[in-house]
Amino acid sequence: MELLLIVLLGLLYAAGVYMILRRSMVKLLLGIMLLGSGTNILIFLLGGITKGKPPVIDENAKLFQDAFADPIPQALILTAIVISFGLTAFAIVLLKRVYALVNSDDLDDLNTPEEEDI
Amino acid sequence: MLLAVLSGLIISLLIIPFGRLLKTKWSILLTLLPALLFLYFISYIPAISAGSSFLQHTNWVSSLGVDFDFRLDGLSLLFALLITGIGTAIFFYARTYLKGHVFFDRFFGYLCLFMSAMLGVVLSDNILLLFVFWELTSISSFFLIGFNNDNADSRKSALTALSITGLGGFFLLAGLVLLGNIAGTYTISELITSREVILGHDLYPLILGFLFLGAFTKSAQFPFHFWLPGAMKAPTPVSAYLHSATMVKAGIYLLARFSPILGGTDYWNYTLMIVGGFTMLFASIHSLFRIDLKGILAYSTISALGILTFLIGAGTREAIIAASVFILVHALYKATLFLITGIIDHETGTRDITVLSGLRRVLLPVSIAGFLAAISSAGLPLTYGFIGKDLIYEATLKTEYQPLGWILTGIAVLTNIGLVAAGFMAGIKPFFGVLPEKFGNVHLPYKSMWMPPLVLAILGLVFGLFPGPVGQFVNHATADAVLGSPSDMHLKIWHGFNIVLILSLATLIAGVIVYFINKPSALKLHAIEKLNSIAPQRVFTGYANDIMRFSKWYTNLFHNGYLRSYHMKIILFAEGLLAYKLWISGPITLNFEAVTVPSFYEIGVILILIGALYIVVTTPSRLTSVVSMSVIGYCICLIFVFYSAPDLAMTQFTIDTLSTVLFVLVLYKLPSFINMTSKTVLYRDGIISLSFGVIISLIALRVWSEPISKDIANFYGENAYILAKGKNVVNVILVDFRGIDTMFETVVLSIAALGVYSLIRLRLKSTEKE
Repeated sequence: MELLLIVLLGLLYAAGVYMILRRSMVKLLLGIMLLGSGTNILIFLLGGITKGKPPVIDENAKLFQDAFADPIPQALILTAIVISFGLTAFAIVLLKRVYALVNSDDLDDLNTPEEEDI
Repeated sequence: MLLAVLSGLIISLLIIPFGRLLKTKWSILLTLLPALLFLYFISYIPAISAGSSFLQHTNWVSSLGVDFDFRLDGLSLLFALLITGIGTAIFFYARTYLKGHVFFDRFFGYLCLFMSAMLGVVLSDNILLLFVFWELTSISSFFLIGFNNDNADSRKSALTALSITGLGGFFLLAGLVLLGNIAGTYTISELITSREVILGHDLYPLILGFLFLGAFTKSAQFPFHFWLPGAMKAPTPVSAYLHSATMVKAGIYLLARFSPILGGTDYWNYTLMIVGGFTMLFASIHSLFRIDLKGILAYSTISALGILTFLIGAGTREAIIAASVFILVHALYKATLFLITGIIDHETGTRDITVLSGLRRVLLPVSIAGFLAAISSAGLPLTYGFIGKDLIYEATLKTEYQPLGWILTGIAVLTNIGLVAAGFMAGIKPFFGVLPEKFGNVHLPYKSMWMPPLVLAILGLVFGLFPGPVGQFVNHATADAVLGSPSDMHLKIWHGFNIVLILSLATLIAGVIVYFINKPSALKLHAIEKLNSIAPQRVFTGYANDIMRFSKWYTNLFHNGYLRSYHMKIILFAEGLLAYKLWISGPITLNFEAVTVPSFYEIGVILILIGALYIVVTTPSRLTSVVSMSVIGYCICLIFVFYSAPDLAMTQFTIDTLSTVLFVLVLYKLPSFINMTSKTVLYRDGIISLSFGVIISLIALRVWSEPISKDIANFYGENAYILAKGKNVVNVILVDFRGIDTMFETVVLSIAALGVYSLIRLRLKSTEKE
């Protein structure tokens, strides 16, 4: 499974990079989201993946009785997911504003603002 | 002394709020500044002549070894008197010259700043402080030269002057820092004591080279001379001030100041004599071909600077005394000539000497000043210039490099012949001959304009008639400062009938003959301008253009305004670095026992994910891509579920749903993607991104095959309940152990939310589509 995940995160990165090399603003944003997902998987994998042993202490115990999944990568990824949502939400609204102003999804059109927009 | 140096800076700052007042008759107050400073410095003459010097120390940046250390000795005093004395004349003159000018206040602001900077240069006892003021002269002279900023030529020549002197300043700094490091002190008076250490050091030639570059650029020595004629675009008072007594003499001052520290070696003497000698002859000949009054004066100034460099290079007692006398002589007559040029230009509207003649009928006091200055520059007996010229010949004849003595004297004679003719062309030619009709109604300007040149010219005569008192001071000035021991030479009008006198007379006669034979004309000017293609100026501008082209090309390559091209360069660079690191860290060894076997539903999820990924990348429909994006998110969510991360799964699920909803709600109106890129570009990007993916995968593989430490995980596992009373360790980490981090995370999210809210509420224009 680890090897599959390694291939998967490589694909996520490749797709992300490919998307940010495009001209469309929406694709740029999707690319950034893909890179984020790839990174999450990367951290998750490198923390060591364990099946069926969530880092939650048993109901009537005070300590773990058994091995448990590493909680640190999970805490990191949780933070990353939430922050990237902040970024995504802001970017989506920003894209909408840009679109309303320039009437285009093309990044190249942002280089030369028309006279009346300045 | 500190106040004397900084007063100009303070005044120029005060001009910002009070500039309006200056445009009225209150401007007379401003001329008090150089006059008062002049009187202040005059008060030091008796003490300095008696051989003492004054030090003043004020802390500034002591930790860096830069303090306000000022030292007034003979050399400094000579320059300080020139700066303030000529400055007084210039201030008076410019007040009338620029009357009613829109930027009158600005001009005087620059002028005060410049005067301060010059005083700082000649009074600093700390070489870093000297450098600060040195740069300040470059900067303030940039503004003065480019004062007529609506004229493109003027702007260009100001820029040339700044870049040449700035380049020199750059080298000078390097030289000064090296010097300070070797000697262990930045104070000039202490550097003199470590002379032996410096001369013996391996880096001595380098220091000397840097210092020379600084001095030569400032003092317009060949091949850096061309900025000076260009700087003639400045208003005439500026040219008079910068080129007679101040700016260009700063390089000379530097050489004189450092000759007791670095001088006396073959490197020093030969370089200065060769460069100075070439410059003086070259510029002197050049000046004969000019038809613009200011052009003549510019080249004769370069020639005079060459003479000074040459004399300092010769380094004998006679040469140094000749140099200091000549500094004063030249300042007096050159300022006069510049000022009368300004009057002629102001009244007749031309500076072309082929047109100007007979003006003595209408501008009598001006013509007297011009005549006196011309004969002083020619070195007619009884003028101060005569004494200066005598001393120069005496210096060249008595040089240590004996077989060369006659050659050097020959060069000096030739140079002086040119200077005599040039002085006559500038000071006498416009006033004699027939007055053309069109100048018939030319009238004398205000007294405040013709008085300054007249006074300066008469001073030249007085100093020549009574050289004793002045000579006493000038001798001490140089002898003490440059040579380190008092001199017993006395300036005399009459040396007796000897070879020097014969040379002087021969020079004079030849100069007059050249003046009468050489009729400057536009044709001759054209002829000599053909040589411009091999002139140093061409080389410099060529280099400057090449640098511009290179930077343009470089900027276009890396900063072309296309975001994706920036991305591509960053990614490629990262790929290069990462691949290199992977390569040198050796082969990856895999531990196949640690690999778990995936179950069929895991494989299924990953296949779905890869399929969705493919759709996101290739689909032309925006909606499809957004939906596929959410499929990817849910698949990742499932992976989290399989591998013991319920919190992640929940968060991922919520966030993914929210993002998709937001996407669809906000962006559904956008057009579908259009394929605008060619196949080749797509393949290129595909290769770049796939190789990036491969590199990341390999890195992941390498890192994964290393053992990881479980210490921190165990710490959290053991203490989650005992210390923090929580059983979900991930939650405990977020809200307890790393609570403050989480708080800031919420702050970040709140800011993002505010941003989203304000962007939605923002109404930019009525024309905007909703």
